[in-house]
Amino acid sequence: MLTILFDGVAYGMLLFILACGLAVTLGLMNFVNLAHGAFAMAGGYVTVVLMQRFGVPFLACLPLAFVATALLGALAERTLYARLYSRSHLDQVLFSIGIVFMSIAAVDFLMGSQQQIVQIPAFLRGRVEILGVGVGVYRLLIIGLCGVLTLLLQWALASTRFGSQLRAAVDDARAARGLGIEVGRIFVVTFAVGSGLAGLGGALSAEIVGLDPTFPLKFMLYFLIVVTVGGTSGLTGPLLAALLLGVTDVAGKYLVPGLGAFIIYFVMIAILMLRPQGLFARGSA
Amino acid sequence: MSDASTLNGAAAPSGTPSGTPASTAPRDFLIGKSRWKPAEFAFWAVAVGALFALPDRHLLLNEIAILGLFTLSLDLILGFAGIVSLGHAAFLGIGAYAAGLLTKHGVSEPLTGLLAAGALAGAVGFLSSFLILRGTDLTRLMVTLGVALIFHELANRLDWITGGADGLLGVAPGPIAGLFEFDIFGTTAYAYSLAVLFVLFLLARRIVHSPFGLSLRALKDNRLRAGSLGIASARRIVAVYTLAAVYAGIAGALLTQTTQFVSLEILDFARSADALLVLVIGGTGYLYGGLVGAVAFTLLKDGLSAITPAYWLFWMGLFLVVLVLVGRDRMVERVRGLLARAVGRRA
Amino acid sequence: MTVASESSIALETRGLTKDFGGFRANSDVSIAVRRGSRHALIGPNGAGKTTFVNLLTGVLSATAGSVLLGGEDVTRASPQARVRKGMARTFQINQLFADLTPLETVALAVSERLGTGAQWWRRLGTRSEVVDEAAELLTRMRLGDVMTRRTAQLPYGKQRLLEMAAALACRPQVLLLDEPAAGVPEDERHEILDMVEALPAEVTVVLIEHDMELVFSFADRISVLVQGALFTEGTVDEIARDPRVRTVYLGEEVVHA
Repeated sequence: MLTILFDGVAYGMLLFILACGLAVTLGLMNFVNLAHGAFAMAGGYVTVVLMQRFGVPFLACLPLAFVATALLGALAERTLYARLYSRSHLDQVLFSIGIVFMSIAAVDFLMGSQQQIVQIPAFLRGRVEILGVGVGVYRLLIIGLCGVLTLLLQWALASTRFGSQLRAAVDDARAARGLGIEVGRIFVVTFAVGSGLAGLGGALSAEIVGLDPTFPLKFMLYFLIVVTVGGTSGLTGPLLAALLLGVTDVAGKYLVPGLGAFIIYFVMIAILMLRPQGLFARGSA
Repeated sequence: MSDASTLNGAAAPSGTPSGTPASTAPRDFLIGKSRWKPAEFAFWAVAVGALFALPDRHLLLNEIAILGLFTLSLDLILGFAGIVSLGHAAFLGIGAYAAGLLTKHGVSEPLTGLLAAGALAGAVGFLSSFLILRGTDLTRLMVTLGVALIFHELANRLDWITGGADGLLGVAPGPIAGLFEFDIFGTTAYAYSLAVLFVLFLLARRIVHSPFGLSLRALKDNRLRAGSLGIASARRIVAVYTLAAVYAGIAGALLTQTTQFVSLEILDFARSADALLVLVIGGTGYLYGGLVGAVAFTLLKDGLSAITPAYWLFWMGLFLVVLVLVGRDRMVERVRGLLARAVGRRA
Repeated sequence: MTVASESSIALETRGLTKDFGGFRANSDVSIAVRRGSRHALIGPNGAGKTTFVNLLTGVLSATAGSVLLGGEDVTRASPQARVRKGMARTFQINQLFADLTPLETVALAVSERLGTGAQWWRRLGTRSEVVDEAAELLTRMRLGDVMTRRTAQLPYGKQRLLEMAAALACRPQVLLLDEPAAGVPEDERHEILDMVEALPAEVTVVLIEHDMELVFSFADRISVLVQGALFTEGTVDEIARDPRVRTVYLGEEVVHA
């Protein structure tokens, strides 16, 4: 039972790292980016290629996956996304679906449609006993890593100069420009970091949830849930939503295998009906 | 393609009637909007003509007619009521499975199947419409997507009824109204789908040009003002969402009956996304967008699949990205400008 | 209170209060507007006028207190229900159907009032009573020559007139005019003011306005809101002479201008 909870928390942490970039672009900047998963997938495939073709060790792949996807994100933001911030939601939806389709087809073409296997090193595959509960070392690593990243993000958003500039830019881009904030640069850095984290998440998650070209579609709704159910006022809401989703999903699969997916969909719809601003949003501002 | 663009051209002035002389009587102005235009007659004449002129393309034409009906139903909610849906395939799938199961279990008369499929999809549409009344575009996207996923999962789990991933095999519909047998060339199928499409199109055309249709356009335009004129927006949205679900359900039933097969694929996200793409190719909010888009989309898909069969998805994605970057309105204008120039040169 | 006096009041609020979180936007506002009167609601920026109008029309729901329309409690009624019971409004910032024509806008409002707005089987324009009434109203509102043009293309002054025409098409007993001349260029302004002057005498008008000239020339009673509460109320002369109003409001207004 506690093992399920533990696995759920690890899964939730992973979902948060995968989705936290979206929490900023969608939650704060109000850009409906359905293609967020494509960046996560890119991170996953970077890892696969580095490990299989170049023999780079798994742990060394993680920062590389982050950097590669962040660069990809920065490029996409400058050339494509930046033009669409002020467009209608329908345009943003169409555009990002287009990106999803292109990425699926491109990865299919380059890497084939089969499931990719990411071999994690032997010392991460074991289990250890903590307080009488058997937990996987790899999941422990994920919780630790994601936990640190989460704290770092919270701190960066809340207490750094960059964080306050970002909040100002999101609030009122024109006013922020007037204050001398380079809004374009802030957005591109934010987008890059968000994409990079998604890429890192993609690399970490390949072993747990698998990796194939349909990844961006399969997890699209999960990412959206984390953001909309979590609410858009900060990162705490999405984090709680991700943990809730992770635990529910894992528990659902173990305990009621026939109903797992249904529970998530129904709960999501119910929450959106009752709290359109998100479960953890603060009041009606 | 060419009559598609003239249709676009004919529909454009209704959005910008600045050229209308001030002396036009108001009555004539309002009634004139619902009057049949030459390009419309031409469109349907071509559609019927294809039945005789292109005997070896009936299977493809049938596919176009059904996709056209499905997209028309999305246009009713997106183009006229402004509701963005990412899960319209749910109703297509419900209709498709309803017709398939009905045929398989003894009720093989197709028209009966259509009615039953439409009714079932409509009932589900009615119930789920209450979920999209509140919230923003984003919550509606998620809720429609969620509903579609629930039905996808349902069809997957109930594999002893639906056949699961293998699909429902051996769907053999009887002759339509006991008179017209389906043939392997798709001739009956195309005639049947086209007839159903035409009847439902006429109904939709009447509805959008009615006071009810006007109130939908008003709701899409400015819901605050609509409310302050006394319009109960919730009821209108429930009504049009239900209607769109019925249409989509009937499109699904046509698909099952004319292809004699239905599988999980019909509930895929790609189906909902296809419909959105088809609709934006053809243009929203003038009813022909779905039909014109279906022609263009199917021909495009047919052509591109012939070159690179596996990577059709890539071209579709690229098309969407370019379409949005160039601007949907501007794209239509440019194509129209090019055609106008081409026609001008010929003259 | 006798039945007769009850029915002579077209619109009344009793202790109307609205809280946003910790902030009290309207506090215990009670006003009574006589049938057929021209009642102005004034107050400095941030006095809670917009909140008050939203409470009247039902866009916001009150924290406490009640709204009575023709003696009937409509505090819990939806905005649409209040329109059907005889309350219509214009907006300070245009809320029009950009893609529709004025003719369609007004015909829509007339159809809704007649209860035929949900008819899906009838072609638009085939009910002559709707079309004739819409055309007549638009002509009267000096929109006759532009009624078949797209609303978004109309000059701003014409759009302001359409704001009023759409509200009048609901045949309200009580009409709330929210700064009808706001933002209208000087040379088109007289057209709006003429129309405000020419409103049918039997319609009770509540005017929310910043422009004192317009208020003093048009209104017969004035309520002054300050910091969300009713500061004072009286005839035009009383308010004009009230030194307190001058200090809290008119003085500030001069500074603003």
